[in-house]
Amino acid sequence: MSLLTVENLRVSFPTEQGRVEVVKGISFELGRERLGIVGESGSGKSMTGRALLRLIREPGLVTADQMNFDGIDLLTLPEKGMRSLRGARLSMVMQDPKFSLNPVMRIGDQISEVLRFHGRLNRRARRQRVLQALQSVRIQDPERVYLQYPHEVSGGMGQRIMIAMMVVLEPDLMIADEPTSALDVSVQSQVLDIMDDLVRNKGMGLILISHDLNLVARYCDRILVMFNGRIVESCIASELHQASHPYTRGLLASVPTMDERRERLPVLDRALLEGLETHD
Amino acid sequence: MPLATYGWSRTRAKALKSASVISGFLITIAATFLGLLAITFIIGRVVPIDPVLAVVGDRAPQAVYEAVRLEMGLDNPLIVQFAHYVWDVVRGDLGMAVSTQRPVIEELGRVFPATLEMATLGILIGVLVGVPAGVTAAAHQGSWRDQVIRVLGLAGYAIPAFWLGLVGLALFYAHLRWVGGPGRLNLFLEGMVPTRTGMLLIDSALAGNWAVFKNAFSHIILPALILGFFSMAYIARMTRSFMLEQLSQEYITTARVKGAPERVVVWGHAFKAIRVQLITVIGLSYAQLLEGSVMIETVFSWPGIGNYLTSALFNADMNAVLGATLVIGAVFIGVNKVSDMLYRLLDPRAR
Amino acid sequence: MMLTTQWLLDENPQTRAQSRAGQAYRLFLALLRNPLAIVGALIILLLLVVAAFAPWLAPYSPTESNLSMRLMAPSAAHWMGTDELGRDILSRIIHGTRITLFIVLLVAVISAPLGLLIGTVAGYFGGWIDKVLMGLTDIFLSFPRLIMALAFVAALGPGIENAVIAIAITAWPVYARIARAETLTFRNSEFISAIRMQGASHGRIIFGHVMPLCMSSTIVRVTLDMAGIILTAAGLGFLGLGAQPPLPEWGAMISSGRAYILDQWWVATMPGFAIVIVSLGFCLFGDGLRDILDPRSRTK
Repeated sequence: MSLLTVENLRVSFPTEQGRVEVVKGISFELGRERLGIVGESGSGKSMTGRALLRLIREPGLVTADQMNFDGIDLLTLPEKGMRSLRGARLSMVMQDPKFSLNPVMRIGDQISEVLRFHGRLNRRARRQRVLQALQSVRIQDPERVYLQYPHEVSGGMGQRIMIAMMVVLEPDLMIADEPTSALDVSVQSQVLDIMDDLVRNKGMGLILISHDLNLVARYCDRILVMFNGRIVESCIASELHQASHPYTRGLLASVPTMDERRERLPVLDRALLEGLETHD
Repeated sequence: MPLATYGWSRTRAKALKSASVISGFLITIAATFLGLLAITFIIGRVVPIDPVLAVVGDRAPQAVYEAVRLEMGLDNPLIVQFAHYVWDVVRGDLGMAVSTQRPVIEELGRVFPATLEMATLGILIGVLVGVPAGVTAAAHQGSWRDQVIRVLGLAGYAIPAFWLGLVGLALFYAHLRWVGGPGRLNLFLEGMVPTRTGMLLIDSALAGNWAVFKNAFSHIILPALILGFFSMAYIARMTRSFMLEQLSQEYITTARVKGAPERVVVWGHAFKAIRVQLITVIGLSYAQLLEGSVMIETVFSWPGIGNYLTSALFNADMNAVLGATLVIGAVFIGVNKVSDMLYRLLDPRAR
Repeated sequence: MMLTTQWLLDENPQTRAQSRAGQAYRLFLALLRNPLAIVGALIILLLLVVAAFAPWLAPYSPTESNLSMRLMAPSAAHWMGTDELGRDILSRIIHGTRITLFIVLLVAVISAPLGLLIGTVAGYFGGWIDKVLMGLTDIFLSFPRLIMALAFVAALGPGIENAVIAIAITAWPVYARIARAETLTFRNSEFISAIRMQGASHGRIIFGHVMPLCMSSTIVRVTLDMAGIILTAAGLGFLGLGAQPPLPEWGAMISSGRAYILDQWWVATMPGFAIVIVSLGFCLFGDGLRDILDPRSRTK
């Protein structure tokens, strides 16, 4: 049985011009594999991630025909049940550790909290687990980092801490929402490698949300391309270059390479894409 | 780098940072106090009452007038006079109260505890009600609870304190008989407990005289509630807006992703982040209460510094007026600056 | 009608007048969407109308005493009752709107330009001028406003003009702070250097370009401060330091009703309601204005 089944997921928000859908009925399935969701900003990819964790709050509205996680119906599950899933079996790494870590809490306490919400470990045992988790994301001196505040560590370190926090209970599925776009280019692959190791070793499912086609192709097994709230392309990562949808082709064409000879990079023909959409 | 060295330099850096915060604080507080003194000095100068006449009386002969004028140093240039004035204040000499012929500083020391007692009770009410109200309003933004708290907050900006005091007296004292009337105690209970702190609730509790305590409480509760209402309105409004800001932050989503119950999200995360900001707000509110007590004390005939100030105004007793202004101003500035400094010392981001 | 709205909302106005009228119209539309702000605006409008037509609206004279009618409870003839000299309280409150308006406007007219000038000059020039002016502003800001106003009135002598001066002296620093912060945001921008390169003098830049840009945030702040000004003025009146009897100033009216609060509650209570309603009007309107003109400080 698949780990996650999503059918006809829709997310909408009210605006002055009435409700606007940002996710317009997407469906996909996921096993214990690494799925990439690619798209430009505003394509609805982040909202999809948040909708899976039921983090969209009023006045946002989420509907779906089916949203099933390991046999649990996420649509009807009471909030209490949802809370016991979050952090323990379902987790999410967010974009920028500068904002996603609590600025006034010590790092150790922030990770330890996950264990407090979900288990009955005593203080000592929790501390031990936290130190292990910090080590698992290759932090050299976990004892010191445990006592530090988020503003005292670098961005790359912050994101590793975020990952430690999200894998400390070894969830079945982890969503990573643009986990490296706020980081220096020099540490991006380091962070992704750490995450990839953890996901493979622990046999988790991963949804990697990004705007970066190459990155997703490198770290994922399968790729969904989203445009304007819909999935326009679904393919195996290694076959990305054979993608057929004009949007995917356009994205691929606009990525420069090292031995670039082109005078200027092509621009997406948005009029054409919008036109395609209305013919769906 | 060995860990020990690292820890040492870190502690030192922290200490240095604290030292610079504190010294910067001392400089601004000194400048502000000097500004305050300059203003009271200028007010004392522009006042149409001749300070010499106030001492010698209208009928004194010219020679006596001149002698007193010289003795008071009024022939010196203004800047010298100001320097003398600052020096006097620093030594604690605020001059003599014309009406009672006693040192102003002594009289202020006698009336100040009454104000302090009322304002402290007021701020306690304001914090204990205002902070939870503001947090609740933010956590349930747009709900009926939020609306009620917003309306109460606005009322705090639109209702004159002295008027609310009068209405309160008419209703709860004259009509319903729930509370004691004006003053600190019923007449027949006065002087029954020895003065130690000057705060009746504490003095009577120390003396174990619960009859006095009960009576004092029945007198203080209404003015304190009214002061508390205004500080509650302000604190709730600020708490709400701080909380809304924090609750929209990404780390709140992180907490929810971790599976935190809503109670922990609100109190454990968002509230923890605004605690230090709240210190400043509470400090400011406390300082404003000391100021607001001037009006309330007049209404409730409360023998505190505000009442002292207004009655001195009517007696045209400028030494007393300026002395009281100076003390209220100094406490106001002091409380504000200290809470400001605490903010900078306590916030881990600012350290 | 359609034509006018179209003309007002034109994205490419032909004249300055059209663009200004269009902006005002958009502001008006935005205000209409905020019901509390409308309530505030209506209260202020009511205040203006009542003040303008006070002699015609008031059923009795505000100052003429009639001792046979003293301390009458509210009735059909005297909706809010009469005071200790037999004067109709409603008529006095109606005439009192003029005094309230006078105080509020005068304080705004004195303190806002003063604060604006100090703030823009400090922000525009920077350096030591900024340090000195802002140091002074901060010192004033850290004083308790009511106490300072009290001390000033004590020195200047009681009276409505002196109360206005005392309140204005304590009100300007806030505007200076706001104007400076605003000036700093565009002080180094291209359009300021363009004007400078055309040879405009500092004075011309400050008065002609910097100040107009700081206007909207200052107006918002002044509106929000109105309630505080009204309360302070009423407080001074209550202490006998503001408007003097027999002027029908609301604070002074409460003060004279104080002696009768236990038995003839209406004498002191009625003017208080007038103060609360007018202050509330300015609060609500100011809040609404801030949401529209100054979206950054919005607290949803």
